[in-house]
Amino acid sequence: MAYAVETRDLTRIFAGKKSRKQRKGSSASDDEGTGPVTALDGVTFNIREGELFGLLGPNGAGKTTLIKILATLLLPTSGQAFVAGHDVVKDVFPIRAQINMVSGGETSGYGLLTTRENIWMFSQFYGVPSKVSKERIDELMHVFGLWEKRNTKVRMLSSGQRQKMNMIRGFVTDPSILFLDEPTLGLDVNAARIIRDYVKDWVRKRTGKTVLLTTHYMMEADEMCDRIAIIDRGKILACDSPHNLKGMIRQDRTFRLEVDALEETSTFSGIRGVKNFSHKNDIATNRSHLTFILEDEGPVADILSAIMAQGARVHSVQKTDPTLEDVFISMVGRGFE
Amino acid sequence: MSTAVRRASFRHRIALNLRAMKGRAYPRVVGANRELSWLVTETLLPLLGIAAYVFIYQAMGQLATAAALAGQCGDVPCAEYIGGADAYIAAAQANTADLVAAVVLGGTMVAFWLNVLWSMASQLYWEKEIGNLQLYMMAPMSRMALLGGMAIGGMFMTSVRAIATLVLGVIVFGVVFQVAQPLMLLAVFFVTLIALYGMGMLFASLYLLWGREAWNLSALLEEPIFFSSGFYFPLGSLLRVPGWGPVVAFAGMLVPAALGLDALRQLTLSETAFGGQWLFNVQVELGLLLVLAAVLLVFARFALAYLEMLSKREGKLTSRHQ
Repeated sequence: MAYAVETRDLTRIFAGKKSRKQRKGSSASDDEGTGPVTALDGVTFNIREGELFGLLGPNGAGKTTLIKILATLLLPTSGQAFVAGHDVVKDVFPIRAQINMVSGGETSGYGLLTTRENIWMFSQFYGVPSKVSKERIDELMHVFGLWEKRNTKVRMLSSGQRQKMNMIRGFVTDPSILFLDEPTLGLDVNAARIIRDYVKDWVRKRTGKTVLLTTHYMMEADEMCDRIAIIDRGKILACDSPHNLKGMIRQDRTFRLEVDALEETSTFSGIRGVKNFSHKNDIATNRSHLTFILEDEGPVADILSAIMAQGARVHSVQKTDPTLEDVFISMVGRGFE
Repeated sequence: MSTAVRRASFRHRIALNLRAMKGRAYPRVVGANRELSWLVTETLLPLLGIAAYVFIYQAMGQLATAAALAGQCGDVPCAEYIGGADAYIAAAQANTADLVAAVVLGGTMVAFWLNVLWSMASQLYWEKEIGNLQLYMMAPMSRMALLGGMAIGGMFMTSVRAIATLVLGVIVFGVVFQVAQPLMLLAVFFVTLIALYGMGMLFASLYLLWGREAWNLSALLEEPIFFSSGFYFPLGSLLRVPGWGPVVAFAGMLVPAALGLDALRQLTLSETAFGGQWLFNVQVELGLLLVLAAVLLVFARFALAYLEMLSKREGKLTSRHQ
């Protein structure tokens, strides 16, 4: 089996910031600095060639750090990573010729260039002949609905149009492996839909194309990916197809409750039959959103009693099919937000 | 690997890096035409700076002429001066004309130094801020192709501005250049640019780690270098100043603009201008500039490779605000 990406016990630790005292040798300091941060902690996984692979996890889980190591932009502290069979530390140039990366919210490019010129410029860094590059750009601009903006200066684009331009930049070099880091972040529904559809088609209809997609949108990961790794605090908690991941809690019951804002939630963990739960307060509505993973429906009455004991009203109770976020909640006891 | 594969791979790398240079030079080349505000900010405004020095030198020339008409030719009475007052006045006027020409030439070259500081040295820092740097570093091109593209684009953009300033300076101040060796002049000019932009490439690598301090360093390097490189006066005159003068003049030679300007002035005025007080003769200065260009380019190449590795290790290559 050919792996497009392979990591073995990959670890990345960022040195903390020095305190003012450490920096200047002064004794007066209200700046304490921070200790080392372990962004990746022994990550081992692989992505098969031709696979659309998702990395799903909350902000700060280590997704971007992992992508940056694979894109040869960051060195691991320990462990190994291979992209297209090449070591990301020792053999970077063959990797770079085969990859590209697009991040959500990217502001790259030069404002005085037009959209078309900007994408062409980046294609030159990969040695794509100008004629080929311009043909691909025109084709992709039609696909992404950016044709009308081809001669608009980049600084005049909206954030959605800019992200479409970034996506075209990623595809124009025709990479074998594409890293997409939260590519639909902040986009409207239509723009996100266009991007998702194109990415899926690109992997399915062309041979040898691989995508590593990081996202914290569970629906996106669920809809698009062949396999998903759930990552949190630098560790991969599970890695399987979306169907199999959800199957891990299929015997469980998932209940979502909307109640008046709660101050105390620790009592829920003591209720028998509650496997895990997450709690999120909505300041705008002054309500709490609770998700419970239960062994069966037995604990529901106890949960409702515990809520009402705090004087809170229950506004809604829903029994739902398990989602990937529920899988995450069942593993770590909190949601993505 | 067979010879044929190696050749194909070599040809591929050359094509890739030439395209990359063209791609990176492009924004600067089109930028020269798209934002016409530069016509005011980068030709007329520098002309005002040049004008200030021109007026000072012209006033000094007029003072010398007035003193000669009153019978005093420098430190001696005109009666004792060889050729008398007329000869002294002619020499003073010729000297003033040479100084004005030297200032116009120096003021024109200032554009290149400012471009090296703000659009070469600080550039990678800005690229990091806007998110381009990680895309550059992820691409398979050579880092020297990236820097080379920046330099070529910068040279083109600045040459357009510099020529405009030079033409305006010549017209407004009535400067006459005497070019006896045009090929040598072109050689000195281009080697000076290569050395200057080589220094910019080296600084760009260093600034990659310095982050925001890069801005301050660029500001710090402006005025002192204007002085120590002799942008507004012939640097050779510092050799006559006892004590600190030669020290500053030789320290200034570390910036290629000093030697380049000195050679350009010799080639466009005359070797006897300013009493023949130059740093070195043109051939020696061209040789030194070639050495400087080679050393700076090699240093830039290794500095960028080293600092890229260091930045990747420390996680500073892609993170903003560090």
